[in-house]
Amino acid sequence: MRPGTDDVLLEAAGIEKSFPGVRALDGAALQVRAGRLVALLGENGAGKSTLMNVLSGVFPPDAGTIRLGGGAPVRFARPAAAQASGIGIVHQELNLVPGLSVAENIWLGREPRAASGLIDYRRLHADTAAILARLDLKVDPTTLVGDLRVGQQQLVEIGKALSAHARVLILDEPTSSLSAHEVEVLFNVIADLKRDGVGLVYITHKFEELARICDDVVIMRDGRVVGTGPFGDFTRDGIVRLMAGRETKELFVRSAAAPGDELLRAEAITLPGDGPGRRFLVNRVSVVLRRGEVLGVFGLVGAGRTELLETLFGLHARRASGRVQVAGRDVHFSCPADAIAAGLAFAPEDRKRDGVVLPMSVGANASLASLDRTLRAGFTSSAGEAAHLRPYLDRFRVKTPSLEQLIVNLSGGNQQKVILAKWLATEPKILLLDEPTRGIDVNAKREIYTFIDELARAGLGLIVVSSELPEVLALADRVLVLCEGRATAEFSRAEATPERVLQAALPDRATALAS
Amino acid sequence: MPAPDYRVFLARFRSLLALALMVFVLSLLSDRFLTPDNGWNILRQISVNLCLSVGMTLVILSGGIDLSVGAILGLAGAVAAGVLKHGLAVPGTELWLEFTPSGAILTGIAVGGAAGWANGFAITRFSLPPFVATLGMLSIARGLTMLWTGGFPITGLGDSFGDLGTGAFLGMPLPVWIMLALTALFVVVTKRTRFGRHLYAVGGNERAARLTGLNVGRIKLAVYTLAGALAGVAGLIVTARLDSAQPNAGLGYELDAIAAVVIGGTSLSGGRGSVTGTVLGCLIIGVLNNGLFLLNVSPFWQQVIKGVVILIAVALDRMSSKERDTP
Repeated sequence: MRPGTDDVLLEAAGIEKSFPGVRALDGAALQVRAGRLVALLGENGAGKSTLMNVLSGVFPPDAGTIRLGGGAPVRFARPAAAQASGIGIVHQELNLVPGLSVAENIWLGREPRAASGLIDYRRLHADTAAILARLDLKVDPTTLVGDLRVGQQQLVEIGKALSAHARVLILDEPTSSLSAHEVEVLFNVIADLKRDGVGLVYITHKFEELARICDDVVIMRDGRVVGTGPFGDFTRDGIVRLMAGRETKELFVRSAAAPGDELLRAEAITLPGDGPGRRFLVNRVSVVLRRGEVLGVFGLVGAGRTELLETLFGLHARRASGRVQVAGRDVHFSCPADAIAAGLAFAPEDRKRDGVVLPMSVGANASLASLDRTLRAGFTSSAGEAAHLRPYLDRFRVKTPSLEQLIVNLSGGNQQKVILAKWLATEPKILLLDEPTRGIDVNAKREIYTFIDELARAGLGLIVVSSELPEVLALADRVLVLCEGRATAEFSRAEATPERVLQAALPDRATALAS
Repeated sequence: MPAPDYRVFLARFRSLLALALMVFVLSLLSDRFLTPDNGWNILRQISVNLCLSVGMTLVILSGGIDLSVGAILGLAGAVAAGVLKHGLAVPGTELWLEFTPSGAILTGIAVGGAAGWANGFAITRFSLPPFVATLGMLSIARGLTMLWTGGFPITGLGDSFGDLGTGAFLGMPLPVWIMLALTALFVVVTKRTRFGRHLYAVGGNERAARLTGLNVGRIKLAVYTLAGALAGVAGLIVTARLDSAQPNAGLGYELDAIAAVVIGGTSLSGGRGSVTGTVLGCLIIGVLNNGLFLLNVSPFWQQVIKGVVILIAVALDRMSSKERDTP
């Protein structure tokens, strides 16, 4: 089914894009037509955002063509080039300058000038007022963006895109922090834009929104388009099946084992947000973990996965609430050191930011959590370090010429193994792993899966957070699903099918409004 | 593999090569430069800056900065001189404490340590940026020094106190002994102790250090307290050498200390550098000042040249760290 091409504003075909160790796009295609909204659907890592980044000039594709209005193929070297060609994008993360006013943000870099060469503030504010009226955003153009609620900021971001009069407008989860009224206004704006012949691309996880605004859908998985057509041709279940797709590939087979005694019990863990955005980052989540068990935690971006682990690890002691027991005894962690003393360990998601100390050596990084055990007569010693750490580094097959090597010279996979070794050297009972295979190559990934399995068999309890569904399904004995800070479902290994887990992770409008 | 090692080697010995080059050139230009007397002279001159710079190295390694060390130097020297000369009234009582020279010395160090602790408290407890907290302390300590001295020097402190600045032991000036002892102590502290390792970790990646269970606040508190106490030691040396506590002693010394640390290859972003590098940095500044003086270069040009040396040192540091950040 190929509609007439006269109303095609943008057509991308055969788009390929690889990052080190990851093939993000593998022949993706997308057609944007005048006056229609195409919804782009897919689970985390399906390649939606990468495709949008390619279309908006954030980075060029490795292969494939982009055509505008049936013309010759174009290639955008910079976001500005895509903008000049009439492609606007509202990214999921806000790109606003908090210290500038609403008007200054909307027209940043395109400020109207008076004859004197100075900014024409009268026109700037008048133009801004018109856009704000369109978005029904009742704030003064001179208000500082930093003083607005997150939802209002998101509307300013949308206003910025409107101000450029884009012919193709890409909206990446624009409603994630909007109120019901603001969503309503946005949908009206979208209807207006469609009437004006603008073509829209809309990324969302909220199915309820689609019926209101959507004309076509494109469903992506593993960097490929797996379904496309008019929205009316699809059912929700059909879309979810396509998104989840494959039977869990033989990624890794974990040896089944009977879980042992209870190691960790956390009840009603709650973490209020510290900003003006959502009220709860983690909302009354309870977790039970036994010896020899791998608990998988799955959720979409913003579900509160990382925040749950951080809270369990004592990182937000001042704001968080809830009861925690380790091996049946009540504990209260006021800082990570308390959690470590109780036998917890935590390998964070963003290795570079939170995991490794880049200017230090492999040995210094690996010994940081168990430094006391490497001291000789009270002094640090490379011999003591080597003796204590070698078994752990060898166990994880860390490839490094020496312990003195700077960790920055190691590959991502090896850095992750150093972090695992660092924590294992504290002889923990409970290991919290946040996206343990993020940004590392396939072979290292498989190795990490093997280690997780071995550690579970050795009697540790592990909580593995992942945004990759196949990974969670392959590793976990039980799967806890989070959505917008709440635990929405828990499945045993046998019950956990891709469809069920994904369904539980997708937010409903109704519950989204309640939070 | 060999390429980074070569670079690491150059980076490590860059300051040493620069120093050797300077000594070589100056010894050709002036026959008064390479003499034992002038050598002691240089060492005595740098002893004060070295005390401050060692403390500054700890602070900068932790990812911070301390602008108040010069002012703390002045305050500690003035308080030590004051209690030595006049004693101290215990408030609310009739008691009047007399101080021995050693008592005055300990008091000076304690005052420095207390001011440094206050820096650390403001930074860790109220999350003030180190730049702001220590800028405040700079003004506070200067003001307290003026209040304490009334704006006049405190002079006539006696020979046994003066020995600290002008005395010698086994043929070596006492300030040089102090400098060597502190250098040795802090080389060991930074390179061979738990605290030193934690210091590098906090400066290298504070978030990772916290997630690894380090008590980041306590480490920073210790760092600023030590920097203050070392500034106190420097204040005692200055006061003893002049046999007088000047109300504006140490004015601007924090900048010389920062310069020495930076020239010594310690990164202002924290986590990278060493005390030995700072010693070299102090020597470079000392030799430069001394050599330019011997060559009758005007003091104004000396400042210009010192500035250029700092810029070159930081530019080299940026270049090597850029190479390391992009593997």
